[in-house]
Amino acid sequence: MPINYYIFLSIALFVIGITGVLTRRNAIIIFMCIEIMLNAVNLLLVAFSKMHHLAKAATDATAGTDGQLFVFFIMVVAAAEVSVGLAIIVMMYRNIHSVDVNFLNRLKH
Amino acid sequence: MQNVLQISWLIPMLPLLGFLINGLGRKTLSKSLIGIIGCGVVLLSFVLSIGVFLQVKNGNTLVADYFDFISVRSLHIPFAFQVDQLSSLFLLIITGVGFLIHVYSVSYMHEETPEHFGRYFSYLNLFIFSMLILVMGANYVIMFIGWEGVGLCSYLLIGYWFKNTEYNKAANKAFVMNRIGDLGFLIAIFWIISKIGSTNFSEVFSNTSKFSPGDITAITLLLFIGATGKSAQIPLYTWLPDAMAGPTPVSALIHAATMVTAGIYMIARSNILYSMSELSRNVVAIVGLVTAILAATIALKQNDIKKILAYSTVSQLGYMFLALGVGAYSAGVFHVMTHAFFKALLFLAAGSVIHAMGGEQDIRKMGGLSGKLKTTYITFLIGCIAIAGVPPFSGFFSKDAILLSAFGHNKILYVIALLGVMLTAFYMFRLLVITFSGRFRGTDEQKHHLHESPPAMTVVLIILAVLSVIGGFVGIPAVLMKGGDMITGFLSPVIPVKAVEAVSQSTELLLMGLSTLLVVITIVFAWFRFRNCSFPASKGIGKLLENKWYVDELYDTIIVRPINKLGEILNEALEKSGIDAFVNGVGKAVLYGGRQLRWLQSGQVGSYVLLMVISMLLFFVLQFFLRK
Repeated sequence: MPINYYIFLSIALFVIGITGVLTRRNAIIIFMCIEIMLNAVNLLLVAFSKMHHLAKAATDATAGTDGQLFVFFIMVVAAAEVSVGLAIIVMMYRNIHSVDVNFLNRLKH
Repeated sequence: MQNVLQISWLIPMLPLLGFLINGLGRKTLSKSLIGIIGCGVVLLSFVLSIGVFLQVKNGNTLVADYFDFISVRSLHIPFAFQVDQLSSLFLLIITGVGFLIHVYSVSYMHEETPEHFGRYFSYLNLFIFSMLILVMGANYVIMFIGWEGVGLCSYLLIGYWFKNTEYNKAANKAFVMNRIGDLGFLIAIFWIISKIGSTNFSEVFSNTSKFSPGDITAITLLLFIGATGKSAQIPLYTWLPDAMAGPTPVSALIHAATMVTAGIYMIARSNILYSMSELSRNVVAIVGLVTAILAATIALKQNDIKKILAYSTVSQLGYMFLALGVGAYSAGVFHVMTHAFFKALLFLAAGSVIHAMGGEQDIRKMGGLSGKLKTTYITFLIGCIAIAGVPPFSGFFSKDAILLSAFGHNKILYVIALLGVMLTAFYMFRLLVITFSGRFRGTDEQKHHLHESPPAMTVVLIILAVLSVIGGFVGIPAVLMKGGDMITGFLSPVIPVKAVEAVSQSTELLLMGLSTLLVVITIVFAWFRFRNCSFPASKGIGKLLENKWYVDELYDTIIVRPINKLGEILNEALEKSGIDAFVNGVGKAVLYGGRQLRWLQSGQVGSYVLLMVISMLLFFVLQFFLRK
């Protein structure tokens, strides 16, 4: 399968994520959109890693795994982020009984 | 006895020591102790100076390097003293007259509090120190140190009564005027260094071939600008009459006997350079003569006893420059010496009068003082006769030497100079007659208070009077007594005796007789003219003279006011609408920018994210284009 397919899929996912972050007001949905963006990047990393070392992979089983290792890092960081982010959202709901980010404009004060 | 020369460095160091003790201890020492220290150090210097003088008279001179004062690459300026005929003569005048004036001051300033008394004597000692450095320096830089030092002391002492704003202004005026001249001196020093690579007198005068004629003229004229500042010649003379704001002994010491002759000393010292430039000498002679006449005419109409003497000093200094200009350097130095005696005497006698009158300086309010102030009167009379130039008083010999040289140089100079001599006799006797004869015109209280000054003052007056009488005998012209002109012979190693101008003996005697006759006639005329005088308001030329030819007003109009105006314009144009506007503009721009940028920080997370995405996209696009 050519690399183009992966790239187009990743770009599509990433743009969906960005659009979601920019347009939606619900904090949980924004959160989900961020996850989509992260996974778009993950997908691209795995694809590049695999395709780049295609020639070597026949002889060396470990060739081209470094890019895939990055994906695990990103997943770990994303998991940590989710735990913190969800906690923030819970606290936010407890305080203002809403998860609408437009209510959170106190940063300017 | 060679060792007296070896310790000649003590001569300036002793007054410096006195300055330090009196200056630092002025709050703790008693007045009598301050007086003893102040006079004592100068007396010791005087004794040493006599020893040095006797050595020099036997032909021993000294040039001693003490340490490198400035050392830059190939330029070495040593801190060195030179004791030769010219400087030893000045040493005697400075320490001798200086000591007498110190003694006089102890009595004159007795009403001051101990602290100010100490301040006064420390300044006086510092002045003596600076003046000695000036005449002992073996190169132009050391001379310049002393030159600036005396200028500083002059400033400090003119403004001694610093609570009076007018006096402070006079002090400032003196300082600023001197600075103008000093700049000329300084440029001349740089010029000499650039041509010779040294400022030592011995090296400069033996390497004159390295100068082009243009260099010589420029250097000598610049040196002369320095001299016009210090020695109060046109155009920088206006500070000297104002300098009378200082205590009277200061006027006698600094503004009559010693400091103002520094310019004469400097030119006499540089006589080898001046001999090489005809133009410079003519400038010196003409400026000197014009100053002499101008100051003499102003003195005719002044009413302040010290101002008359001040203008008289300016006038006499003009004669000295005339002598230098016509090449009669030793006559100029001779006149410095006799002038130091009789002008110090006149100032101190005037101080005695002011003292008796309780601070009054206007001669219109005096009169008839000869009865109460006998010693002062007689000494003042001697001073007047000496300055007028009646034989055999000292002024006659020195003035005659100058007149004779002027005659040999140019007849027109001689005639004008002779006119000046008559003016001198006239205004001095006007001063004498108005002050001492006639009836008393002051208040009753002053009349009651009139008394002769204490012995410490009158003894000094008597000594100076004796010197004023006999001081001229060291320079009796050869036509009257063979070998009588000792001073020219004494100075000949420093000042080469030039070939005598063709003036026959009979002409010389005739000229002497003529000047004496004219002076005596003038004196008699002045005596009867002012015997019973009234003081009508002056009109016409008299008013012009009374207002000093309006020179101060002229300077005010053409220099002071334009500069003030320029300052105002620059203040408006450059300071306020230039620099200030720029500085304030920066502040305003930051404030304005901040106010506009504030709208970006809305607090809406969405807008922040949008901006972030847009800017990231921008960077991508930018990178895409820049990659080529």
